Amino acid sequence: MNDRSFGVYVHWPFCLSKCPYCDFNSHVRHSSIDEHRFAAAFGREIASTAARIGARTVSTIFLGGGTPSLMQPSTVGAVLDAVARHWSVAPDAEITLEANPTSVEATRFAGFRAAGVNRVSLGIQSLDDEALRALGRRHTAQEALAALRIAQSTFGRCSFDLIYARPDHTPLAWEKELRRAVAEATEHLSIYQLTIEPDTPFATLHEAGKLATPDPDTGRAFFDVTQNVCTAAGLPAYEVSNHARPGAECRHNLLYWRYGEYAGIGPGAHGRIEHDGERWATSTERNPEGWLKRVESLGTGIIAHDPLTGVEMGDEFLLMGLRLTEGIDPTQYQTFTGTPLRPDRIASLVEDGLVAFGGSRRLRVTPTGFPVLDAIVARLAA
Amino acid sequence: MTTVPIENIRNFAIVAHIDHGKSTLADRLIQITGGLAEREMVEQVLDSMDIERERGITIKAQTVRLHYKARDGKDYILNLIDTPGHVDFAYEVNRSLAACEGSLLVVDASQGVEAQTLANVYQAIENNHEVVPVLNKVDLPAAEPDKVKQQIEDVIGLDASDAVLISAKTGLNVGDVLEAIVHRLPPPKGDRDAPLKALLVDSWYDAYLGVVVLLRVVDGSLRRGQRIRLMGTDASYEVDKIGVFTPKMRDATELGPGEIGFLTASIKEVADTRVGDTITDDKKPTAAPLPGFRPAIPVVFCGLFPVDAADFETLRAAMGKLRLNDASFTYEMETSAALGFGFRCGFLGLLHLEIIQERLEREFNLNLIATAPSVIYKIKLTNKTEIEIHNPVDMPDVVRIEEIHEPWIEATILTPDEYLGAILKLCQDRRGSQVDLNYVGARAMVKYNLPLNEVVFDFYDRLKSVSKGYASFDYHVTEYRPSDLVKMSILVNGEPVDALSMLVHRTRAENRGRAMVEKLKELIPPHMFQVPIQAAIGAKIIARETVRALRKDVTAKCYGGDITRKRKLLEKQKEGKKRMRQFGKVEIPQEAFIEALKVDV
Repeated sequence: MNDRSFGVYVHWPFCLSKCPYCDFNSHVRHSSIDEHRFAAAFGREIASTAARIGARTVSTIFLGGGTPSLMQPSTVGAVLDAVARHWSVAPDAEITLEANPTSVEATRFAGFRAAGVNRVSLGIQSLDDEALRALGRRHTAQEALAALRIAQSTFGRCSFDLIYARPDHTPLAWEKELRRAVAEATEHLSIYQLTIEPDTPFATLHEAGKLATPDPDTGRAFFDVTQNVCTAAGLPAYEVSNHARPGAECRHNLLYWRYGEYAGIGPGAHGRIEHDGERWATSTERNPEGWLKRVESLGTGIIAHDPLTGVEMGDEFLLMGLRLTEGIDPTQYQTFTGTPLRPDRIASLVEDGLVAFGGSRRLRVTPTGFPVLDAIVARLAA
Repeated sequence: MTTVPIENIRNFAIVAHIDHGKSTLADRLIQITGGLAEREMVEQVLDSMDIERERGITIKAQTVRLHYKARDGKDYILNLIDTPGHVDFAYEVNRSLAACEGSLLVVDASQGVEAQTLANVYQAIENNHEVVPVLNKVDLPAAEPDKVKQQIEDVIGLDASDAVLISAKTGLNVGDVLEAIVHRLPPPKGDRDAPLKALLVDSWYDAYLGVVVLLRVVDGSLRRGQRIRLMGTDASYEVDKIGVFTPKMRDATELGPGEIGFLTASIKEVADTRVGDTITDDKKPTAAPLPGFRPAIPVVFCGLFPVDAADFETLRAAMGKLRLNDASFTYEMETSAALGFGFRCGFLGLLHLEIIQERLEREFNLNLIATAPSVIYKIKLTNKTEIEIHNPVDMPDVVRIEEIHEPWIEATILTPDEYLGAILKLCQDRRGSQVDLNYVGARAMVKYNLPLNEVVFDFYDRLKSVSKGYASFDYHVTEYRPSDLVKMSILVNGEPVDALSMLVHRTRAENRGRAMVEKLKELIPPHMFQVPIQAAIGAKIIARETVRALRKDVTAKCYGGDITRKRKLLEKQKEGKKRMRQFGKVEIPQEAFIEALKVDV
């Protein structure tokens, strides 16, 4: 009935240790985790979501975390089977798993592949051992590259993450490191500036003056280096922080940025689902054991399920869509909010070279505009 | 209620500096004479507005009639007229004094005489008042009654040997104040049989009664139902109600010579009643009206604009309501390219401006932006005509101007001598010229001629700050003098911001311009492009700063789980933008308009 894209996000909330910069919903448990019980709960939540929204054809599945590569391949298989039991899964569906590039996890890659995973995203973060220690990572650069090779030979598609503007990092050092990274013949890279998130150990250090963040000019230099090196390597940005060979973009994440429909399954997962003539924002209980108990007693871990107003949808559409180099279709904004984007605002942004109209009247942010995207979004949304 | 023999009436005012205890003494007098039951007493009963109580100042005249059985066994009626204690309201002080025969000069025995006290006591003396010095707060350890008595004699020239030493707070010797009023102040004079002649002291709008007129009967008598005529406006009314304040309103059937009370007469607007006017009998009028007063004219002007354009009509209605009770406040509509629709308003002084703005914000829940305060400039044009302007926007083209004249004031400042140096520098910096300087003990009294336009910019604030709050200040406008004034414009991103333009003396333009653009640079957030901020006289740029363009402002990570949080941030940002003024492509935070004008130069 619905030939539009539909994505399923599944959150595995456990890590072996917590990285000091990370504010994701991840938890460290010292006793073993009952994966059977979690797999069954994922299944129940998928069932109740399907009952709520009806039939869909799943085009992408994304297993994120936490560290989903700590799951047994059989658990991953059970989750994917549950998705396929309640919805139809497109034959070319993209099924991504986030993995840490340690030698232990690399031994499970073949099992994940056999369970149906066809794309991995590796949290390599840096090719510098000292930086990896500072970031709290549990692997060395050499170990990560070995895991990358195994992943490349196991999965059809492979991406990895890098973080720049780390403590004591310079744009020059970053340029060298990034050149090495793009030489690893991967099809996709996610490259982030280190962001100090509230309530993390890095935030505490930052407030105490023990962790410096780059001034705006240096931040800009890091960004520019990233664009130049990646573009030259045939990995242009298709989103603010994501680079791919044309055609190798992450389809699941594109779904978010194109403001499509997706279900959020698991502790602390968010969804944007459509039923009963509305678009709904859903979120689930963050605490893993709390989520588990809720699902087991109520059939769902959802704790918030709110219809979105036109203005809210318009804001979210801009926030997400303008991150893409392909930009947005302005008429879609008007469909959400009932009013067009202000032409005078667009005109002055165009005049300053920050946005431009592309093919099919799409409005897109220019390379000059991307470094100040948040200000552009605020200007257009207000 | 019957009228009282005129020889048993005493009408008096209290002259005092802010915080010297005028309101506390009034409270105590009301309490002792039984004007209010204990449960009805609140602190500073006469200060009915919240702002009056909070700031310890009186804005409108208030009266209270006290019944006092004196130690000589006779019953007296004492009418207290409370007077505003601030320089902006000198005019209102004067009309209150005109309704009395005597004054209490209340001086804090630990602080001594202050500049405003001085101005007000001189006014009392000019009104032929008998003045009784009262030293308050003598219970404080820092009290120096002998020194202060000497000061009163030296500075004011009043005999202070019989000063009453009191503590209004503890009630010490307050009874002696009542005795002094009875025995040292003269009773009013007046002819009961002459035609009615009464002074219109004040008027205000009461939601239930309409316009209430406060008056002092000079000759004749005033009765309910009488047909009266206001001689100045030449309008006649039938008196609905007369009475006195105890301080509650209490009806009376008649008010005789020397009495102070109120009337209502179906008068529609406060504007129909001119303060200082003479009230007489319509059929049997008095031969000559009372001398009256010069009307209070606004001397300080500024634009007031609603922060939220949707509040414009609310602002208009609120100003209308305030104007009902304050004819000295004027307003007319104004439009500004930067601030939209608002009003150009006139005030008696800076405090008056602040009070009106605060009342509009507090009582009507409005959020306002005030533009640069201005005075009235007289501009002689080359075609030999003369115009008056109080809005820099109205300044004619320079080629049409022959000469600009600006108002000057004589300022009196009293200060402990350790701050004198800083105060002299402040006055010199503001183009002042010293008229007089002398010492009274450890206090200096200095007189300066100053251009009013230098005083309307944060002069009080600076004075307070350089003297740690110890200096007191008073002024009156003396004359207009020709001046080398120029219109300074502030340009943001190449476009003049009308709300920030001002007339300044040529010698002061560069410093002020520099200070303003530096301040604006701090206040205007970075945009996606660089924003030049310039100060200019005509086409000549005299100061320039640049707000650098945003270099990096982009969220690194944003996926499905982040949308709600990022949307909430965006909503907050949108809310913040509502408090910004869109000026061309630049967003100027509203506090920038206020802060840029407060710069110290």
